[in-house]
Formats: sequence, C-alpha cells, structure tokens
Amino acid sequence: MRVLAAMSGGVDSAVAAALAVEAGHDVVGVHMALSRNRDQFRTGSRGCCSIEDAGDARRAADLLGIPYYVWDLSERFEDTVVADFLSEYEAGRTPNPCVRCNEHIKFEALLDKATALGFDAVATGHYAQIVTREIPLPDGGARTVRELHRSPNDAKDQSYVLAVAGPERLARAMFPLGGFASKDEVRAEAARRGLSVSAKPDSYDICFVADGDTRGFLQSRLGSRPGEVVDVAGEVVGEHDGAYAFTVGQRKGLGLGRPAADGRARYVVDVQPATNTVVVGPAELLSVDRIAGEKALWFEGVLPEPTPWAEPVETAAQAPDVTPDPDGWFDAEVQVRAHGAPVPARVRSVARVGDAYGDDVAEGDRPASSSATGVAAAGMEIELTGSPLRGVAAGQSVVVYRGTRVLGQATVARAWRSRNA
Amino acid sequence: MIVTTPPPDPARTPLTVSGAHGASRREPDGAYLDHAATTPMSAAALAAYVAEAQRTGNASSLHSAGRTSRRAVEEARETLAKSLGARPSEIILTSGGTEADNLAIKGIFWGRRAQDTHRTRILVSAVEHHAVLDPAFWLAGHAGAEIVLLPVDGEGRLDLDALRAELAAHADETALISVMWANNEVGTVQPVRDVVRAARPYGIPVHTDAVQAVGQIEVDFTESGVDAMTVSGHKLGGPVGVGALLAKRDLALDAVLHGGGQERGVRSGTLDTASIAAFGVAARHAVDCRPQRAARLAALRDDLVARVRAAAPDAVLRGPDPASDPAGRLPGNAHFTFPGAEGDSLLYLLDSAGVQASTGSACQAGVPQPSHVLLAMGVPEAEARGALRFTLGATSTESDVDRLVAALPQVVARAQAAGLVSGRAMGELA
Repeated sequence: MRVLAAMSGGVDSAVAAALAVEAGHDVVGVHMALSRNRDQFRTGSRGCCSIEDAGDARRAADLLGIPYYVWDLSERFEDTVVADFLSEYEAGRTPNPCVRCNEHIKFEALLDKATALGFDAVATGHYAQIVTREIPLPDGGARTVRELHRSPNDAKDQSYVLAVAGPERLARAMFPLGGFASKDEVRAEAARRGLSVSAKPDSYDICFVADGDTRGFLQSRLGSRPGEVVDVAGEVVGEHDGAYAFTVGQRKGLGLGRPAADGRARYVVDVQPATNTVVVGPAELLSVDRIAGEKALWFEGVLPEPTPWAEPVETAAQAPDVTPDPDGWFDAEVQVRAHGAPVPARVRSVARVGDAYGDDVAEGDRPASSSATGVAAAGMEIELTGSPLRGVAAGQSVVVYRGTRVLGQATVARAWRSRNA
Repeated sequence: MIVTTPPPDPARTPLTVSGAHGASRREPDGAYLDHAATTPMSAAALAAYVAEAQRTGNASSLHSAGRTSRRAVEEARETLAKSLGARPSEIILTSGGTEADNLAIKGIFWGRRAQDTHRTRILVSAVEHHAVLDPAFWLAGHAGAEIVLLPVDGEGRLDLDALRAELAAHADETALISVMWANNEVGTVQPVRDVVRAARPYGIPVHTDAVQAVGQIEVDFTESGVDAMTVSGHKLGGPVGVGALLAKRDLALDAVLHGGGQERGVRSGTLDTASIAAFGVAARHAVDCRPQRAARLAALRDDLVARVRAAAPDAVLRGPDPASDPAGRLPGNAHFTFPGAEGDSLLYLLDSAGVQASTGSACQAGVPQPSHVLLAMGVPEAEARGALRFTLGATSTESDVDRLVAALPQVVARAQAAGLVSGRAMGELA
C-alpha cells in the first residue's frame, strides 16, 4: 500500500512510520505545519510544533530512507481548530482542541489530500487499535466492519480523541503502535532503530497555546470583557475579565475576594455567555447523571435499525453484542475526558438534542451546564447508571464504549442532575 | 521546500564521471529540472578543487606553502575578473551569493551613511531574492533605513518610471539601489543598464545580484556600469560555499565580517583556496561556453514550454514569453502556475515520478510560501500557490523534458483533485 506517515517529530510517529516501512508499505513522511509563525526551537513540553520538531521528523525520515515533505495546513488549522477553540470558549463551553484536530486536520484535511494524491492510508503514532471483524449476512455472505478499540496501553490510550473521526475515515487510517503495551516499548523500538527522537519528552500542552497559558491566549484573541461572578442565589461575589476563560468544574483562579458564607470551596457550576456571567457554587452542583450529546456518530454495527439521522449497515444481523430495549436504550460505558475513567451508562440515539428530559430536571436545580447550542443533526442521550460524574462541561467529547470497543461519540450539549441523583 | 531522499549508495556514486556535457559531479537520478537551485560541478572545476584541497597552505601566510595558495587564489581572481569584465582588484571573494548580497546592502548602506547621515533610503525591486530583501529590511529594523520596494510589471520587469520618480523626489536621501540582473523564479532579465543611467546623474550606487545571469546571458561588470555585483559559484558549475561581490574601488563599502583584514579589509576570513580555484575554472568555462549553451538551452526550454502547454492546457506561463521576447528571459528558465493545484502537491507527485523541480519560492520551515515575486507581478495568491519552476543547465537533455511531459497530465489532475479537498480550495469556495 501507499502509506502517508504523519510525522510530528516525536518518537511515536517516528516509530509508527518505521513500522509501516518494515511492513513493506511504500511510505512517504509528511510533517504538518500548523502555524505560520513557528518557534525555531522547542520550548516546554510541546513536542510537535517548532522548526526543530520538523527537523527531527526529517532526520527520522532520512534514517528510514523515505521521502519527506512539509505540508502547510496552518490556514485550515486556524479556521477549524483554533476558531472552534475560541468560539466554544466564547459560548461558555469547554472545547477539546485535540479532538477537533483529529476531526478536521489529521483525518480530514490531511487524509483527504493524501487520498486525492493517491495514498491508500495515513499512518499516525496514535495509541489505539483498528480491528476488522466479519459480520455474517443472512444470505450466507459476510461483511467486514472496522472497529476502533482501546490500546492495551491504558495510560496512553487515545481512542477517546480518535473516535470523532468515525468509521469511514478510520478505514483509511493505520495505527502501527496500536498493539504496544507501554511507551517504554515504543522508546526501545526507536532506540533499536537509531532514531534520535527515542528520548524526546512527551508533549502534553495545547500546541497553539505557546506557554500553556490558556486564559492568556483567550484574552489575547478575544479581548478583555469584564463581568460578574455570582453564586447560585444570584448574589455578586466577584468580578472577572471574561466569562469565556472559565470552565465548568474549575476551582482555581476564580479570584474571589472573600470566602463563601459557609466556608466551603466554590467551583464554577455554569458559564452564561449571554450575560457574561460566571456562576459559582458548591461541589455537589457539579454532579450529573444525565448527558445530552450532539453531533453524534456511531461506528459500524452499533445501531440496530436504520434511522434518518444515522444510516446503519443494511441487515439486522450486524449488531450481535448491542441489544437495545424497545425504547432504543442499550447498556454501555461512557468517558467524558481524555484521561478519565469510563463509567456505566445506558445510551440511545435520538434524532435531535433536547427532545427528552425537559421535565426531568430536579426541582430547584440549576443545570450544571446549560449552554446547549440547540438542535443538532443527531443526538445522543446518556443516563449514568452508576455513580454520577463531576464537572462535565458542554463542548467536551463523550465517547461510548463497550469494553475496549468504541461504539460512538458525541459532543456534550448539556449535562445535569436528574431527580434520581 | 525540503525534499529529502535516501543517501546515495556510495558504490553507485563514482567520484568523477565525465559526461558528455563536461559535468562531473553526478547529477541526481531522474529528470533534474532545478539547475537554478544548484547545477552539477564541471569536471575541470572539480579537478581544480581536488588539486587545491590536497595542498596545505593559508593564502595569507608568507612562507612558500602560503605563497602557493595565494597564487592559486590570485589566478582564480584574474580568471573571474576576465570572465566577468572586471579588474582583479574589484573582486571580493565571499562564502557565496547570500554573503555577497549582505555585504553589498549593509556595506554600501553603512558606507554611504558615514558620508551623509541623510542617506537612509534603500531602493530595491519588489522581486529581489531574500538575500537582498532581508538585509534591507533588517537595516530598516535596526539601523533606521527606509525601504522602497520598486514595482514591477506583469512579467516581473522593473517599472523604470517608478524608479525615476522616486529618484526625482528623494535622490538626496537615497543610499543605494539594488536591482537583480535576472530573476531567480521567473527568469525575467531586468533593465540594469537603464537603472544605472537613471542613477548616474545623482551619483547613487547601483548593486545588482547577477547570481542567475552569469553563464546564461552576457554579463560584463564594467560595461554594465553597476557599482557592485553579486556572483555565486554553485550556480555556474562551481562548488557551493564560494561567491564574490564585485565592487568598484571607489565605492564606499563597510565591512560586514571583521577579522584578519583579507579582501581589501572588507571581508575577513581565511580564503578557501580550493573553492576559489574551482570557482575561477567554472566561471571561465560557463562564460566561454555560454553562447552555444544558451542557444541549446533556449531551444530546449522553448520545447519544454510548448509541450507543457500541450500536456496541461490550463497551465499559465509566468514571466516574459520567450516566443515574443527571447532576450527578456533567461534561456534555461520556464515557470508556470497550475490553476487549482498547490505547488507542494505538484512537487511531491513529480518527485514520485522521478522529476525534480521547484516551486521557485522561499520556504519557511519547509513550507513553500506564496511567492513574493508572483504577488509583485500581480498574480493572485491562490494562483501563486500553484507555481512550478523548471530550470535547465549544462546536463539537461530532451529526455528530461520527455519525462516531465509524460508525467505531467496525471500529476496536474491529481494535484488539482487534492487542491479541491484542501483547506484553501474549500475556503475559497465558501
């Protein structure tokens, strides 16, 4: 196969490229330039975005004996990932830029351009597995479906940020590191091949926020917008420079002059962009057991019946291990943060966000997050069946699992406490 | 654009191969159509390089080893002078074209300002190489210079009326003028003699970057009337890492590199005898062979242009059309934009097909930027992104063109398909 290896300059993508070469594929390395004004040298824990990182990627490609190019995706990155980051915070939501980058850049802009140029697949250094499974058809034939599964390396598993790419795009993806159980093994593979990036530190920060100061970045791009911090009773308890810089569940950096009357810690429980107001309250207001998702997508073989908003595969035999009840609910686990633990839930697909639950909000409760954007093409309803979750912010990605297998993904539109909570 | 290929197998890379065209350093595999980036060393230049590199001696030393090196340097200087229409004392040897351009822009600016503090304006054409533009803008940021970008027409040729108007209004404040002899991207030959004629009444020095011109068209330093001229070794069959600034002896020129006082005290640093010797040999060879070679390359280029147009009918030739203005363009240069395609896609696909070309413009972090030359010519940014430059040299043959033309239709179709799904094309449609 002709494989495009996305090479950030880090150890993971270098080993992924090496494994693609050794598997016998015809590999070309491509480094994505995501900013026009890149730093010359790496700073802090960012490991993908400087000219030095591009040089590291080129050296790795040299060593592997593959051609190497830099593709300028900076405009697309600014127009999608950065613009979404700003507008989501502006709307009082909490975006995950890595999810958006996978959605719009790696598995859209890069993948589509690669496909158009004649590549069969894009290989990346992500930790996740693509498993193909044969589903028997009534006529005796079989249909191959591709499933996305967690990496056996729990600490590095990236299925959460990859799910957004969906089954059709992931069918053209290749994750050579999917089977590695630890980062140390990957580093050892790099060292064994003489790749100089073998000891390079991992990157954690948001790549386009130069110094890790998200609030400073937002302020530089969105400007200062002073407003009030209120408690759940509506009493003004402080001021802020822009409600956009706050996220539900946040405790630090609230800048409240005096402690709460009851002396308990206060958290951001709501961000209300319309009035530029930040609402703070006690921790228990952050607990939710209901989540409405928008922009839902489902992997092949999950949805039992065709629906206008999500076309499943054509037979009823395709979902042997997902058995919904008559109302469409099925048991699964959901994860709402990149490094969060999955929690048990029942889940169903709905046509639009916000149809259900209108009267199910506990009396007197303020929704923990209320900035739903309204109607979306396809929704997802989630009821947590175990313990509630704290600090589920609108804008975050929610991924539905069954064991290691990803069933679907949506963006949190809102999350709240039901009467049962 | 960074293009990295596997290191060549030493067993398959003979040290010297004397080809039919007198080139010795092995040309890259496939069709190499990027001679404006660098061109193979001639056999004679490589032999001169090896002979001097095997000797020990610092040309500034007074003992016999030093004298031997000095003699090789001075013979090369005389050869260069003769080939370029200059006097030996006018040749300041440098590490290449970029250093020579920096020395010209900074050295003349500082030298002129020392004479008259009001002379802060630097006039440069908008299509200069970055080795001229960037030192000029550096002076604007650090030394109070004002940069005047002189406009060009749709073919990249300097607007002389704009220059004359600028001089009429601000001659007293002008430190220098720099207009290249021929453009490195679209091959446009500039009216350097007219620039000199316009500047002479005001006594304003003129620098020209002739890196692309030497060996392609006739270049005579004295006859041209310019005060300073940049030349480079590796663009004319010499080694990388050597070049020269030709400077009239009465030109006020401050040093950029300070140290041992070599090269009239203007360019310190131990002289690279081997490279300089090879540079001299290569320059003589390039200039002596120029009439026949230029005619051959122009014919090959005309064929390339015609066949590219046939293979990719929507390709747009940028720069002067050689059919109507043969003297207006370097004989070895062809340059096109391909609507709807991005240069880096075209480059990758051609490279995969064994054809090595260039987007022609500078890279930032390996990313081709829309060419400032094309933008100055009035080409819209979207079209400028689809640029490809093909440049021919001593080793170019009809088979190189055959290979390009055979690959081109599919390459352009694919790159246009990729352009449709790329962010830019989407953005433009939206």
